[in-house]
Amino acid sequence: MSALDPAVRPALGRGFRLQWEAAQNSYVLLFPEGMIKLNSSAGEIMKRCDGHATVAEITADLERAFATSGLAADVMAFISMARDKQWLSVPA
Amino acid sequence: MSASPPLGADHAGAARAASRPGPPLWLLLELTYRCPLHCVFCYNPTDFARTGPELGTEDWLRVLREARAQGAVQLGLSGGEPLTRDDLEPIVAEAHRLGFYSNLITSGVGLTETRITALKAAGLDHIQLSFQDSTRQMNDFLSSTRTFELKSKVAALIKQHDYPMVLNVVLHRLNIDHVEEILAMAERMGADYVELANTQFYGWAWQNREQLMPSRAQVERAEEVTRRFRDRLDRPMRIFFVVPDYFERRPKACMNGLGSLFLTVTPDGTALPCHAARILPGLEFPNVKSASIEHIWYESTGFNHFRGDAWMKEPCRSCPEKARDFGGCRCQAYLLTGDAANADPVCDLSPYHQRVTEVAARADHPERLEKPLIFRSPANSSNLHP
Repeated sequence: MSALDPAVRPALGRGFRLQWEAAQNSYVLLFPEGMIKLNSSAGEIMKRCDGHATVAEITADLERAFATSGLAADVMAFISMARDKQWLSVPA
Repeated sequence: MSASPPLGADHAGAARAASRPGPPLWLLLELTYRCPLHCVFCYNPTDFARTGPELGTEDWLRVLREARAQGAVQLGLSGGEPLTRDDLEPIVAEAHRLGFYSNLITSGVGLTETRITALKAAGLDHIQLSFQDSTRQMNDFLSSTRTFELKSKVAALIKQHDYPMVLNVVLHRLNIDHVEEILAMAERMGADYVELANTQFYGWAWQNREQLMPSRAQVERAEEVTRRFRDRLDRPMRIFFVVPDYFERRPKACMNGLGSLFLTVTPDGTALPCHAARILPGLEFPNVKSASIEHIWYESTGFNHFRGDAWMKEPCRSCPEKARDFGGCRCQAYLLTGDAANADPVCDLSPYHQRVTEVAARADHPERLEKPLIFRSPANSSNLHP
């Protein structure tokens, strides 16, 4: 797993769809014949991965939204994991 | 089409702990039993010829709306061959409008340029293309030029329309030795996912079980070939190898337990907690023509009977693993032991486990396999169930 550049712009992986499911009270990631229920922080990160925002911008936005700081390492770790699982595509 | 269980979701535990079951997250519509193929491994019921008339478009649209309102989100459109329905496009369009993630499970027969364009426009999310023998020459599985060309063409169409390429191949005694060629073909086609799903023995596959059961040596070879292939792949192609459970010592967590995630509606509107559940004796399964999805899921005895663990017998009842595998598959328990409440005899704690190992052992002696294969066809269906 290579380190993530904070300037890259992650987007949803091909064939994946992210949507809010009221019945499950969570964001879910949908893909061919499968579904992953995301916990709330994963959902908050994933919904910001729109292919336009950089990892740094996503982190800043989360810190603003939740009035906190120091999220960079967690966000990077999650996005790296999601990239390895192909939930996200992260152009170099 | 395969009978592989859907989604390895992780909510089963939570759903079961609550007094009210979780939502029917996965909806499978078996739109029709009509099919241009005659696969000997099909899990469809062998008595499909005497099933009632297929639901009309409006009924299917209502089922979609009701199920979505109950939280269903993954949608399988299957059959039979769902493309034999000429209202597949409006069904997909409604599913898309409602927010389903729609999966078309098809043999590819009938998937023309016109239809795939219309389905894409309607919002279809994904196509699972099965590769299987469509002729009676089982041994021509890979060399049947006509099949190969048709499926290759459809595979190319799927790529052109920017769908992830998902191939499903049902494995059995007669094709499992071709796994390497199957994987090479998938790679050439640019597949993203390949499911090598060993036959599960229900419906037609149950009828043909002796002829389709691979030997243990075949299974081990195929697994080894798959492992080697995976190791030398230089692009992302996910390969799932579903081991035939007759060779296991613990049962599969079939459907994550009946009534926990999965709801299937058969062509005539009968609602079932798994593809094969209609064979279970003594259970009444409701029909969407006379009951709402909400009632079916939460109130009907057909869906409630095997929820929780009150129905379990020993060795399941006191087993520490019951929360993990829910006693295995009710249909398999019924087919092999005569009682759907017994442990799935795949489990080596089952007093009937020998019935599984005997079948697996017989597969090592091919000279005993003299029964003819029974192909899935309306005529054979009528013959088996006069």
